[in-house]
Amino acid sequence: MKYEAVIGLEVHAQLLTESKIFCSCSTRFGSDANTQVCPVCLGMPGVLPVLNKKAVEYAIKTGIALNCRIASLSRFARKNYFYPDLPKGYQISQYELPLCEDGYLEITVDGKKRKIRIKRIHLEEDAGKNIHDPSGYSFVDFNRTGVPLLEIVSEPDIKTSREAVLYMKKLRTILRYLGVCDGNMEQGSLRCDANVSVKPADSADFGVKTEIKNINSFKFVEKALEYEIKRQIKILGEGGKIIQETRLWDSQTGTTQSMRSKEEAHDYRYFPEPDLVPVIVSEEWINRIRKQMPELPDQKIERFIKDYSLPEYDAEILTEEKALAEWFEEAVKYGGKPKEVSNWIMVELLRLLNEDGKEIEECPVKPEGLVKLLGLVERGTINRNTAKDVFEEMYKTGRDPGSLVQEKGLTQISDETAIIDTIMEVIKRNPKEVERFKAGEEKLLGFFMGQVMKLTKGKANPKIVNELLLKILKG
Amino acid sequence: MKLNELSLTELHRMIRNGEVRPHEIIIDVFKRIQEVEEKVKAFVTLTVDKAYEMAKDAEDFLFSGKINAVTGIPLAIKDNICTRGILTTCSSKILYNFYPPYESTVTSRLLSGKYILVGKTNMDEFAMGSSTENSGFHITRNPWDLERVPGGSSGGSAAAVVADECIAALGSDTGGSIRQPAAFCGVVGLKPTYGRVSRFGLVAFASSLDQIGPITKCVSDSAILMNVIGGYDPMDSTSVPINVLDFTENLGKEVKGFKIGIPKEYFIEGMDKEVEERVKEAIEHLESLGCIPQEISLPYTEYAIATYYIVATSEASSNLARYDGVKYGLRFEGKDLLQMYMKTRQRGFGAEVKRRIMLGTYSLSAGYYEAYYKKALQVRTLIKQDFENAFEKVDFIITPTSPTPAFKIGEKIDDPLQMYLSDIFTISVNLAGLPAISIPCGFTLNGLPVGLQIIGKPFDEAGILQLAYAYEQSTPWHKMKPVL
Repeated sequence: MKYEAVIGLEVHAQLLTESKIFCSCSTRFGSDANTQVCPVCLGMPGVLPVLNKKAVEYAIKTGIALNCRIASLSRFARKNYFYPDLPKGYQISQYELPLCEDGYLEITVDGKKRKIRIKRIHLEEDAGKNIHDPSGYSFVDFNRTGVPLLEIVSEPDIKTSREAVLYMKKLRTILRYLGVCDGNMEQGSLRCDANVSVKPADSADFGVKTEIKNINSFKFVEKALEYEIKRQIKILGEGGKIIQETRLWDSQTGTTQSMRSKEEAHDYRYFPEPDLVPVIVSEEWINRIRKQMPELPDQKIERFIKDYSLPEYDAEILTEEKALAEWFEEAVKYGGKPKEVSNWIMVELLRLLNEDGKEIEECPVKPEGLVKLLGLVERGTINRNTAKDVFEEMYKTGRDPGSLVQEKGLTQISDETAIIDTIMEVIKRNPKEVERFKAGEEKLLGFFMGQVMKLTKGKANPKIVNELLLKILKG
Repeated sequence: MKLNELSLTELHRMIRNGEVRPHEIIIDVFKRIQEVEEKVKAFVTLTVDKAYEMAKDAEDFLFSGKINAVTGIPLAIKDNICTRGILTTCSSKILYNFYPPYESTVTSRLLSGKYILVGKTNMDEFAMGSSTENSGFHITRNPWDLERVPGGSSGGSAAAVVADECIAALGSDTGGSIRQPAAFCGVVGLKPTYGRVSRFGLVAFASSLDQIGPITKCVSDSAILMNVIGGYDPMDSTSVPINVLDFTENLGKEVKGFKIGIPKEYFIEGMDKEVEERVKEAIEHLESLGCIPQEISLPYTEYAIATYYIVATSEASSNLARYDGVKYGLRFEGKDLLQMYMKTRQRGFGAEVKRRIMLGTYSLSAGYYEAYYKKALQVRTLIKQDFENAFEKVDFIITPTSPTPAFKIGEKIDDPLQMYLSDIFTISVNLAGLPAISIPCGFTLNGLPVGLQIIGKPFDEAGILQLAYAYEQSTPWHKMKPVL
């Protein structure tokens, strides 16, 4: 039987507010344990939460970008459970009446656009972090407690692990564009839980689902889901039944392991948070935020195709990161030809950044530098191959292409007499090949070109070499 | 004359006129405490050294030419109101060693007025109870009859005020916890409108019902304290940004033509005959002052107790989850995390607190939420509407504060339902978020005080105080003192 997977993702995104969601403590990452805490985020007796307006604004922004309906009235609720990293014994979250509902996000799968519906987006507070010491004692770091989180819940519209990755990447791009989340999965500022089930391809009914937790990189989104889908298909294929449960992704073994069954599932006893009044979002506030919305990736792609006549593929890659798109546009502004700049970014720049694991913001080459380099090629000062080497050098040193070319003597030889001398030398060294060429084996032209380049260390202007070779060999 | 026997109003006048110094007042207060505290046991913590320091601060403040309504006035604070660096236990073993690193909004307002803290008063553990017998530490006794309870949960505050162990006190009221002990002890207790006084620093029992309020020797003291503690606080999202008027402004004004409603549902079977008589006499007295009584109906009254014990316990079950032994307070080690949680909470909480946590947890559980918690919220709305309808016809509602006078220690402790009934006239007010006051309206033949409750429209504390003052000034009850 042919099976089909049904996947829904619950994404948690840490918001980039300066202060926590219900107190004024800093949200900075990586400080010493328990240095960014106060009685409010520690949930001490008698303290009360006060909602951070910026966090609400960021949630609304995200809701607008994901085509959601923004609720004019929404409520916070308490999610009750005991755990040492949860100082109040409940998490302030939203349950009924979330801030945003009924949106969608568009992904492109094999050239086709697909809408993944967003069920809801709500605000909540993050928990702390338990630290287990080999002594047998555990410690809690509450710095993260109360950092605002956005929970973005999709409908079960995702069919493959690849689509899940595309969804996550697109979502990350949008969040980064909005400046509401840095999207760093490894540091945990973007987290993902997945609800997975499989069903026979021709069936309309969903199968029993499992929830996969602890997926903390894009690579693992794909691997964890693939593993889980295969596991479920195998069980069903053998006539078994899927148990509704929560499973933990183990990246060491590349498997998912049972964490707790449905029977062991928490009863969170949600109820409206009496310490906070309902959040009222006026039409006027939404409109004000709408006006401040940046251009989003989909709009940018469209504009890049239209304004720069770029292929869709190029436009998509260039807009994955807002900063990359800006880098590209700046290069074009300096006079770079759009497609040429795009090629250089996609082939050379992204490869170098990838090798280093660097972001475009950290790139030592400025858009102006690339355009200068392209100018050197165009004017024939250096050839394309040399330019690639120079570009790498610029990336390593952050230096100007002009001075690099000068210093290394990379200037292309365009002087005809010098090139003729070299060609004569090549002819002298390879009499047999000259005979064969003259006998009609014209494909040997490439061989002679290679020899000339070898002797000039690649500096000869290939266009002139080509012309002269033909003239001399045929003449 | 001993200074500790005076009211806040009188002492403030004397301080302003330079007739007494805060230091002299505090000496008299602690002398009295030395004499009677062993019998009354109103306090969990006495802050003697601190009080003398604060008296010094008050005198410096006065010397620099400044004065506030509470400058140099010794006050007692209920032990569920956080005071920075001063033990705050909620009369619970689980917080036996808790020194808050922050100050509640109400006490920080008192602090800027240079008040003097006498001590932290005993209460039913986490404010759960109507007799102060549920304290994790000791029982407080009613100064009118040491065999009887002072009421609760603010029993320590009420007893301390009537025993002249302080000039006035703060309590908290979730279902009657200021008004019922005020009635039992023969003092004035005001529960403000929900949102009028900041809850920041008040250790939560039931967040949607809790309010802090004054317990005082007379009505004008109550008005003065409200001037200091009332008003919007950005630290409490549920506090209401409504301007605070001068609550003393209407004191002494006529009450002729005030329409007062007498709910027929509040004169119930099983109510103490003497209480009923005193309240009826009080209504006649108000009539003689020009008030116009009128029978009204609050038809959903009979559901109030059930509704209250679902809403309050649900919120409490969540509010008390933080006492888990991880961060502060009591901890009993266990072989693993669950054991530690269980041992700590088993030994740290008293029986009533555990009962309410269980009730609340049950009401919020999957499968029961709709039938209990959600239903209770719906009935709560109906109870609120009852009052809204009534207040279209009348300006105030007059009821007994409690169906009985102070009962004997141990009389109801094993019968929680009987105990819950002692709040039957007060809890609807919390469910509706309204302001209400309890003032003394006479005594039983046994010499036990009876309380009269005046319920007002939202944010009409000034009106309530005006009516209460008119009654008080034309009756002798507030001048009566127990012999200790």
